[in-house]
Amino acid sequence: MAARNETDQMVKIDATGIYYKELNYQLRELADEGVPKVELHNVYGQRYIGTGLRKPLEIEIFGTPGNDLGVFMDGPKITVHGNAQDGSGNTMNDGEIIVHGHAGDTICLSARGGKVFVRDDVGYRAGIHMKEYQDKKPKLVIGGTAQDFVGEYMAGGILVLLGLNGRKEQRANFIGTGMHGGVIYLRGSVESYQLGREVGTAGLEETDWRILKELLDEFTEHFGGDAGKLLKHDFIKLFPLWLRPYGKIYAY
Amino acid sequence: MMKELNLMQNPYQDDKVIDACSIFGVMDTSGKRFSGEGVIRAIANMHDRGNGLGGGFAVYGLYPEYADLYAFHIMYLNRQGQEKVEAFLREKFHLVHTEEVPTRLTPNIVNPPAVRRYFLEVGDARPEEQSADDYVVGKVMEINTGLEDAFVFSSGKDMAVFKGVGYPEEIADYFCLEQYQGYLWTAHGRFPTNTRGWWGGAHPFSLLDWTVVHNGEISSYGINRRCLEQYGYQCTMQTDTEVVAYAVDLLIRKHGLPVEILAKVLAPPLWSEIERRPPGEQKLLRTLRQVYGSLLLNGPFTVIIAHHGEMIGLTDRIRLRPLTVGVKDARLYLSSEESAIRLICPDLDDAWIPAGGEPIIGSLKNPLQPGAAAGREKVLTAVRKI
Repeated sequence: MAARNETDQMVKIDATGIYYKELNYQLRELADEGVPKVELHNVYGQRYIGTGLRKPLEIEIFGTPGNDLGVFMDGPKITVHGNAQDGSGNTMNDGEIIVHGHAGDTICLSARGGKVFVRDDVGYRAGIHMKEYQDKKPKLVIGGTAQDFVGEYMAGGILVLLGLNGRKEQRANFIGTGMHGGVIYLRGSVESYQLGREVGTAGLEETDWRILKELLDEFTEHFGGDAGKLLKHDFIKLFPLWLRPYGKIYAY
Repeated sequence: MMKELNLMQNPYQDDKVIDACSIFGVMDTSGKRFSGEGVIRAIANMHDRGNGLGGGFAVYGLYPEYADLYAFHIMYLNRQGQEKVEAFLREKFHLVHTEEVPTRLTPNIVNPPAVRRYFLEVGDARPEEQSADDYVVGKVMEINTGLEDAFVFSSGKDMAVFKGVGYPEEIADYFCLEQYQGYLWTAHGRFPTNTRGWWGGAHPFSLLDWTVVHNGEISSYGINRRCLEQYGYQCTMQTDTEVVAYAVDLLIRKHGLPVEILAKVLAPPLWSEIERRPPGEQKLLRTLRQVYGSLLLNGPFTVIIAHHGEMIGLTDRIRLRPLTVGVKDARLYLSSEESAIRLICPDLDDAWIPAGGEPIIGSLKNPLQPGAAAGREKVLTAVRKI
């Protein structure tokens, strides 16, 4: 059992040596008790933190959470003081993940809602098969650069690539391969060979700038910086050329 | 050759838990030796990536008292196997020293083979035209394909592989690895993808001082194997990763290619990318694909390749398996998961995720300088771009 330090409404857990099942069981109990905030210290690779939670619980993580952080999550707000591994935000439905560092591969895979902000770079296949339905629209904002296949098979949602790490351009290839929904806003520009063949490019329209401003306001609130200045930079919009690229194969 | 696979400990047979693999490596590029205790904790932290059907370690700088002798580690199923192999070794080598590899009783290690080590000098039996290394490779192949109930799984100098069926932390406990020192350690927790878990099939795979630990699935195994057989390498371990160890021996030791070129053979840039490179580079990359096309590794992989003085991390070109790099002072860490590195080194100078097909190289020749540029730049400048 973890050492719990309860002060007012906040519970601190020392996660040293706690297996992920036990840790998530404790989080679920605390969420059910109505505890508003939990701090997890000494996290080293415990998987699925926050999985399936449907309460607006705030979880602060100090350390390196394991794969599939916030998987199937539906409401909590997770802040990582450190780097996140692979599969963060997997199939999340609602809530927020804020990473003060970098994140691994397939962040937000199949996400259906909620918001994810990453201060630095992300690995391969960020936002793969994100989707949206009516008011459910996942949003992923990446402060640094993404590796190849960002936005692969994207079916909905909003993905923002800021490239603010100063070290390199957006070097990703196969951006938006198989994309058939959603939108990517990218600071700067990319060569056409970097894009999947299903992707079109355009300038931002007024509604796009409004959406982007909201996300950048939140991004700079989390990590610092000036959203107004950022908005003066050049951005392009990547969008799917066809919403049902293979519709005719099956329907006619 | 160990033909009686059913005699080997594998309580699950083919009824295995589907999972991944874990790989970990740490090298002190200043050459300082350190105990295996941290590496064992790190690989144990990724316990859930494996399923208990294989664990193993490679250690370099292990036997300084016998640094010039080939150290064979051999598994035996029975006494007859041992007698035949020892007669063979006495005939073909000068046997300087032999001993049982110390083990301790470990609850989950059931029915293990006997493991002995031999410190060998290549003597007069070697034909003049053959190098000592080639002679050793030939004898390892002879034992592993010709002699029954015995298996050489480690044959380098001043290094060794320890491996078997079990979780890596159990194998470490069994072989008392916390008691050894080395300047370079790699480790593996196994989930066997396509073949049975058995003692010889655990990682690392090794020949001379080359070792490979691997997460993924080499779907080009058949082509790679046929290519390597033409050069005298016999694949006997029933596992895809074996071809990587032999390919590295062929390309680097026999053909003299640098590591950067090795990476372009195993994980060449896609054709579409080659077309965008400058003409000279295009010519080189096209030539490599023509000459060494049969050694291209297809399918998802992350490998940590090691030999004396060097540790190399490499993933497939579209990075279908994970790899995180960490740097602290003169130490380079490679791991499937960053959390395993942080567990034993919380205050890294830098940690990052390299691009697919980009080799990460730790080298005694280019030691990381404490307090110099950020780790990422240090390692990347050590990688001389072709």
